[in-house]
Amino acid sequence: MELIRPDTHFDFIGKKKITLWISTAAILLSFASILYHGGLRYGVDFAGGLLIQIKFSKPVSISEVRNALEMTGSKEAMVQAFGGENEFLIRVEKSSADLDSMSKSIQTSLQQQFKDKTLEIRRAEVVGPKVGKDLKTKALWAVGLSFLGILIYVAFRFHQFSYGLGGIVALFHDVTVVYGAISIANVEYSLNILAVVLTIIGFSINDTIVIFDRVRENIKKIRKENLETVMNVSINETLGRTILTSGTVMMVVLILFFFGGEVIHDFTFALIVGLVTGTYSTVYIASPVVLFWEQHISSRKRVRR
Amino acid sequence: MLRGLKWKFILYAAITLFAILLLLPTFTSELPPWFGKVIPTEKIHLGLDLQGGMHLILEVEAEKAVESYVERIKNNLRDDLKEKGIPVGKLEREKTDQIIMEASGEKEKWEKLLSEPRYSIMHELSSSTLEKGIWRLVLVLDSKQADQIKKNAIDQALETIRNRIDQFGVSEPEITLQGTDRILIQLPGIKDPQRAINLIGQTALLEFKLLDEEGNLEEALKGTIPEGDIVLYQRSVDPKTGGVKKIPYLLKEKTLMTGEVLKDARVALDSQFHEPYVAMEFDDIGAKLFEQITGANVKKRLAIILDNNVYSAPVIQERIAGGRAQITGRFDTKEASDLSIVLRAGALPAPVKIIEQRTVGPSLGQDSIHKGIISTTISAVLVVLFMIFYYRFSGVIADIALVLNIIMTLATLALFRATLTLPGIAGLVLSIGMAVDANILIHERIKEELRWGKTIRAAIDQGYHRAFSAIIDSNLTTLIAGVILYQFGTGPVKGFAVTLSIGILANLFTAIYITRWVFDFVTLKVGVKRLSI
Repeated sequence: MELIRPDTHFDFIGKKKITLWISTAAILLSFASILYHGGLRYGVDFAGGLLIQIKFSKPVSISEVRNALEMTGSKEAMVQAFGGENEFLIRVEKSSADLDSMSKSIQTSLQQQFKDKTLEIRRAEVVGPKVGKDLKTKALWAVGLSFLGILIYVAFRFHQFSYGLGGIVALFHDVTVVYGAISIANVEYSLNILAVVLTIIGFSINDTIVIFDRVRENIKKIRKENLETVMNVSINETLGRTILTSGTVMMVVLILFFFGGEVIHDFTFALIVGLVTGTYSTVYIASPVVLFWEQHISSRKRVRR
Repeated sequence: MLRGLKWKFILYAAITLFAILLLLPTFTSELPPWFGKVIPTEKIHLGLDLQGGMHLILEVEAEKAVESYVERIKNNLRDDLKEKGIPVGKLEREKTDQIIMEASGEKEKWEKLLSEPRYSIMHELSSSTLEKGIWRLVLVLDSKQADQIKKNAIDQALETIRNRIDQFGVSEPEITLQGTDRILIQLPGIKDPQRAINLIGQTALLEFKLLDEEGNLEEALKGTIPEGDIVLYQRSVDPKTGGVKKIPYLLKEKTLMTGEVLKDARVALDSQFHEPYVAMEFDDIGAKLFEQITGANVKKRLAIILDNNVYSAPVIQERIAGGRAQITGRFDTKEASDLSIVLRAGALPAPVKIIEQRTVGPSLGQDSIHKGIISTTISAVLVVLFMIFYYRFSGVIADIALVLNIIMTLATLALFRATLTLPGIAGLVLSIGMAVDANILIHERIKEELRWGKTIRAAIDQGYHRAFSAIIDSNLTTLIAGVILYQFGTGPVKGFAVTLSIGILANLFTAIYITRWVFDFVTLKVGVKRLSI
């Protein structure tokens, strides 16, 4: 079965002016959203604080829960609906004080106030400020090291600086857009999201390498054409694979998004965004960067000689 | 080539069989007894987010252990100075490790005292004269000694907490040291997390101090506490109203005896009112010490103090030999039982602070497992169907590889006792999606080669050959990210890194070797003329 006819000749690279604008817009939008919100919305993992997931056996409205919380004296507590019916998530973001006893007192007080609705504590988390700060540092290291590791690997495999550069710029684009997406969608930045970022880093470069691999092969084969044509040919040749792979991975991630439950909901959302930009960046960021470098910067070097 | 096929088949079949056997314990518990001797029987270890349970990180405040050490030295010094008749004004501990002393009289007297071996770990930091004849001395604890105390405190805290948890009865607890001063505790399936926290976090320092019968309690409460005394409170809860009262006691600061000398502590029932109390039994040293103390202080009151809370302060009726004592108070059986556990396990050498706590209830855990299984099954089915639909028979081959991939990933988890978490299941699903990538690369290449007119054998050869480098590169980069995530992640996220990485490795094996075998078998042994791809 052939989804993509073997002789497609889409001019991908030709569209690079438009896509450059789209990408720039996406990156600017991401930065704008993050700045507007004053940084990312750090989850309990990074900012410290407490989190309680509760479920009632009978219908309870969110305002009832809010009132109940005010009565316990915790005015900083935020409530949101979570997952199924009658399930809520309570968050208090505080980087000091005795969070443990605060969590306890909220739980006991709620238990008492909703005695007839059988409150069930599904999950409770308390993270002290030091732990949160530690994790933030670790997260930065993790992302930085991944970038470095991958840059080294690509340089090693392809022996050409421009390929590595293309890959890194694409990665940078992907990571920025993912962070922008969670900022716009008001999703909490938790350890799970960090996992997604690292996975997307791996996945995006994965995609890029497949195409670069084909470009390298075709350069040897098609000596007379210019680089832009070779790239287009390579992308077209691997188009079938790109669509199929991205398709299947997207399919399973969508299944996770719909069936995986609320606990990993944010995680799968970020994955979906990352997959889209990961595939996009390979064609419209990495390749144009290599093209640009080879055409303008490398050739300048050649002319100088 | 054909002979190679047979050996390869045997090898692959053996590996597959081994993998399936490794997985059996997870799915059934009815295994014949000889099974355990041949195959490692480990069920797949579920993370706390799937099992339900509690995850705690404690920070040991080792500084406080140094403080109490210096306090003890200070108290001993006070007694010695009194004995030698050296007039002393102020004698206090300052900061964690310093003692400030203001004394008058002959300098040589207390210099001689301080040079004695038992005070040699306190070094003189500074000495100055205040008014006429009054010296002010600042002593500091030797820093190596301080470090040793801190290290010992942390080791001992670890031991003690282990003892307490052992007695509490949790299945498969995990207690490890993290970094220099943090303790990680994981208690799967725990039903009463709050009780566990109280049990673990309690310092449980048992002390016996005498009441200062001559001192003025009211004056002390207003602020002037006599030298060498301390005010502690007894927390009294009225059972009817639930109201809490704090009753003050004026005590002599010096601790006569601590819980170190306890041999045993048990819950017993009062014969009269059937109220529970804790019966303590001292070891030989303790028994003698107790005899001395009671003998020297008949008719005086002795306070039994736990973590600076007075539990009771009975009158010593007579000298007590035999080394037994009781702690009474308005306990219920659970409280008494927990108290005897901490007394038996021993006091924590320094207080511990909870810096991270995560509890997942069993129902959420079950839910998560449920959703995880559904997601995995639907994904696998959809991918399998898609592969058959798009690549026909070659798709079937890829599907066989996929199924083997899943089995091997799970088996590796079981073998290495890695933990499966909810993100871990997501990682498994993700690797299912990515697994087909390798197959797609190979198949698309084979199709291309066929289009360019190569023979079936040549096309298969070229397909695998050309796709190989792309497959290795792309999987390796995701693996790099996975390994880094493993290093930096904790808890459920670590589980994600584990399943993703193992999934990738298993995928490399199944996609490249197993599918190749099937292609070879089908084209060579069976002699297929046209490739269904």
